[in-house]
Amino acid sequence: MHRFKKRSCPSAPLAFTSAVTVVLGFLIFAGAARAKPDSDEARYLSPREMVLSPDGVWLYVMCEGSDEVRVVDTRTGRVLKAIGVGHVPRGIVLSPDGKQIFVANSWDDTVSVIDTSSFKVVRTLTTGFEPNGVVVDRENKTLYVANRLSNDISVIDLASGQETKRLAAGRGASYLLLSPDGTRLYCTHVYPKIGAHRTPPESEITVIDTQRQVVIDRKPLHNVAGVFHLAASSDGELTVAAQLRPKNLVPLAHVEHGWAFGDSLAIFGDDVNGVVQVPIDELARYFAMPYAVAITPDKKKLYVSSSGSEVITVIDIPKLLSYVKSANAPIANDLSASANYVVTRIPVGRNPKGLLLSRDGTRLFVANRLDDNISVIDTSNDVVVSSIDLGGKKDMTSLRRGERVFYSARFAFQGQFSCANCHIDSTFDGLQWDLEPDGFGKDIVDNRSIEDLSGTEPFKWNGGNPNMATECGPRTEKYFYRSQSYNSAELADLVTYVMALPYRPNRYRLPGGELTPAQERGKAIFERTDNKFGKAIPESNRCAYCHSGPKYTNQKLFDVGTGKKTDRSPLIDVPQLPNVAYSGPYLHDGSARSLEEIWTIFNPNDKHGFTNDLTKDELNDLIEYLRTL
Amino acid sequence: MKRVRALSLFVLISIASFGAAPDMPRFRFENFTTANGLPDNHVFTVLVDGDRVWAGTENGLALYEAGKWNVFTTADGLAHRAVLSLALDKNTGDLWVGTMGGLSRVSGGRIDTYTQLNSGLSNDVVYGVGVQGEFVWTATAAGASRLNTRTGEWSLFNERNAPMDEIWAYAVSTGADKVYYAVWGGGVLEYTIATGRWKNYTDPDGENELVLFKDQGLIHKITTSVSYVDKVLWVATYFGDSHYDGRNWHNFMAKDSGLPSNFTNQVRGLDARRAWFCTDKGLAYYDGVNWAVYRPALDTGKPEMYVRDVAGTITPITVSTAPAHNYILALDFQRDDIWVATAKGLSHGIRQK
Repeated sequence: MHRFKKRSCPSAPLAFTSAVTVVLGFLIFAGAARAKPDSDEARYLSPREMVLSPDGVWLYVMCEGSDEVRVVDTRTGRVLKAIGVGHVPRGIVLSPDGKQIFVANSWDDTVSVIDTSSFKVVRTLTTGFEPNGVVVDRENKTLYVANRLSNDISVIDLASGQETKRLAAGRGASYLLLSPDGTRLYCTHVYPKIGAHRTPPESEITVIDTQRQVVIDRKPLHNVAGVFHLAASSDGELTVAAQLRPKNLVPLAHVEHGWAFGDSLAIFGDDVNGVVQVPIDELARYFAMPYAVAITPDKKKLYVSSSGSEVITVIDIPKLLSYVKSANAPIANDLSASANYVVTRIPVGRNPKGLLLSRDGTRLFVANRLDDNISVIDTSNDVVVSSIDLGGKKDMTSLRRGERVFYSARFAFQGQFSCANCHIDSTFDGLQWDLEPDGFGKDIVDNRSIEDLSGTEPFKWNGGNPNMATECGPRTEKYFYRSQSYNSAELADLVTYVMALPYRPNRYRLPGGELTPAQERGKAIFERTDNKFGKAIPESNRCAYCHSGPKYTNQKLFDVGTGKKTDRSPLIDVPQLPNVAYSGPYLHDGSARSLEEIWTIFNPNDKHGFTNDLTKDELNDLIEYLRTL
Repeated sequence: MKRVRALSLFVLISIASFGAAPDMPRFRFENFTTANGLPDNHVFTVLVDGDRVWAGTENGLALYEAGKWNVFTTADGLAHRAVLSLALDKNTGDLWVGTMGGLSRVSGGRIDTYTQLNSGLSNDVVYGVGVQGEFVWTATAAGASRLNTRTGEWSLFNERNAPMDEIWAYAVSTGADKVYYAVWGGGVLEYTIATGRWKNYTDPDGENELVLFKDQGLIHKITTSVSYVDKVLWVATYFGDSHYDGRNWHNFMAKDSGLPSNFTNQVRGLDARRAWFCTDKGLAYYDGVNWAVYRPALDTGKPEMYVRDVAGTITPITVSTAPAHNYILALDFQRDDIWVATAKGLSHGIRQK
């Protein structure tokens, strides 16, 4: 989700229309309730996560697009309040006593604390870089926040409001789950570790002892990149995480053979032996981007939202466990396996994200992020019985339509994946891909960030796509989706959306925008024209020559000595540098695992900038400056 | 004749005081070698984390837990097989490991490695490591490095931005207000956290490597270890040891203290008065007045302990165990017990009284 401009948040209760029917204390909607204030029409809400008050009356819906929490009365289906929070909220949790809501504001590096009696933000806490998941312990004393860009977990003492420590998580730490007994905290990650070049992706589930507040274990997830929400059974013996298994070491030409992504679950706990990965796809149909998971209190059913496929997958847990126990070999890649435990697929809205079960397990709420509504599912028969319209802008703009195209897998062969598979939350995936049908291991490309792209054309590492329409249109159709892909209107909308993706806040700049002494020294190195021996550096060997202009690219091709024998050409498109700090690994094929390695390993002949006269201190300064861009 | 009389007097004093030796800690030493699980007998460093004991050896990092050794090697992601230094982040539980090939972090069983090629670390030879809040300080063969674990920023300190005559940083000790470095040939460097400023302590007259007069200043500029505790600095060198309280220096040499040797690999202050000294001729403990030495006898190799009181009287103590070797490299504390890294194994000194 992305912000395109700062918005104000309404505080007045919103009025709604629509007839409602109440069944079992929950609202079953015949039609949609609508929020009507004029200010509400100006923005899309993009609901992403939800929590429910202990008495089941209030549904708190965190809206990523409007920077607010909308409060829904489940008895009437009306949105009573919109509580403004920070920028791009991504995580929400209710305190054990139900008196407070904590919302992680990913672009502000804060947590908003909402008083549920007044529906007001009463406190703001500071976190690490890009907070995402948030969990409070059972004693209501400690808040844990997963920080996606600093790859760690903030431990915040709620009495003082101070962060007491940061625990090292994995790359892209994003989602948290407290075990039912409160003794363990699990953290998943949307990006894989940066490992050796061209090796299978590896992720982990970080395990924290909540008594000692230290990391005690890291459950390895082999061949896994993005991992999302977790859920645990009430007896604590089964924990499930939604995950993506990318097959990035083989050419993407093998989409028709199912070699792009595996949508799957990682399950662990006393019910199984170790960590077991199980697919949710079928042999000829995929359920892209599994995101949230929910387990019914009786431990009979498991629900999975497929955010790219507009369905909720329903899994029979006893059948799943029975099948896993009887399997003689790993089943993660056996797409016939799902027939043994998937009982149905429930169609819902666009880009379904967060799932929430009522306490008695009779209702499942689904946040349809790109429809601005909530699907309510009756879990007795797994049918959508109503939809809660949260309000928000109703007119479809090209931007919103493009966002829907971006997040939908319906354009790809067998619905295997969408743009968002590789550009998680419209960023990147930390992987290197073999995209074209030119043989195994040729023209390997690192996935680049796609924020703030205007003025960075051409696209692709070899500069082969002169504009985004080519990149997203025929190129995608031919090399990625293996299908007819988009019509011209859809392509235009998609291009509009992608080109409008904004620049995320840079965390390395001082609040006033000035540079630290180290960054100033680095800037001088970046802009220098003479080497340390007093000789002029050839123009093409100066950092600021190729990396010039507002996006730090002169939009040309150069041979900087990093081409491989397996590349068709040594000429590389000069990449833009905004927020380069976050998008490792580096170089066109991702062979440099850190910014340092670009120059300590891959620049022996000074072709990628004249740098071999620099001391280690000076190289560190240069990197400190690059991180501010 | 004069010499014979003096010797007789020494013997008489020793005999007379035999039963009145100061009450110094006594230990029963249990020794670990490759025969019972260590990956190598050459143990550079040891660190206690509650009931767990980490040993840095020449052939890997070993963890002693629940009576068993578990060994981590480069195959597990360790930067290098030779582990020179260890530091525990007590807040997070993470272990920082200085090796001959980079810096590693052990966290929840995962090992991450930082080298001079993949990170801002100044040099791969990491002699010392220390944790101060969110910062990890390293002493390397090319100066000092500081990693901000929250932002990933590396700051290097060397002859260009610190009073570092030499850049061979050998050890680091961190406190809430200061960070101290032992720089081999460069004396001691003091970093004040509040101001971000450096100050150096070296030979007082600036011409020699050592003090000309006792307690004139830092005993020698070839320093090997620092230990900052209770706002007091203990310094080890190959030529004796120093104690500095911020105003006055007090130096120790074998000739005028209970040190068994001037050649000291490590000093560990217990508080402002008491410290342990790891020398090439045994392990020494100083309680602020008296000394005790623990070692295999240099001539027979038999277990040996003796106490030296304030008057210089030496009293042998009968013991049946000793550290694995007299060449002591490092030490750490486990409640009343001690763990001792030696050139020929790791010793667990179990406190007897």
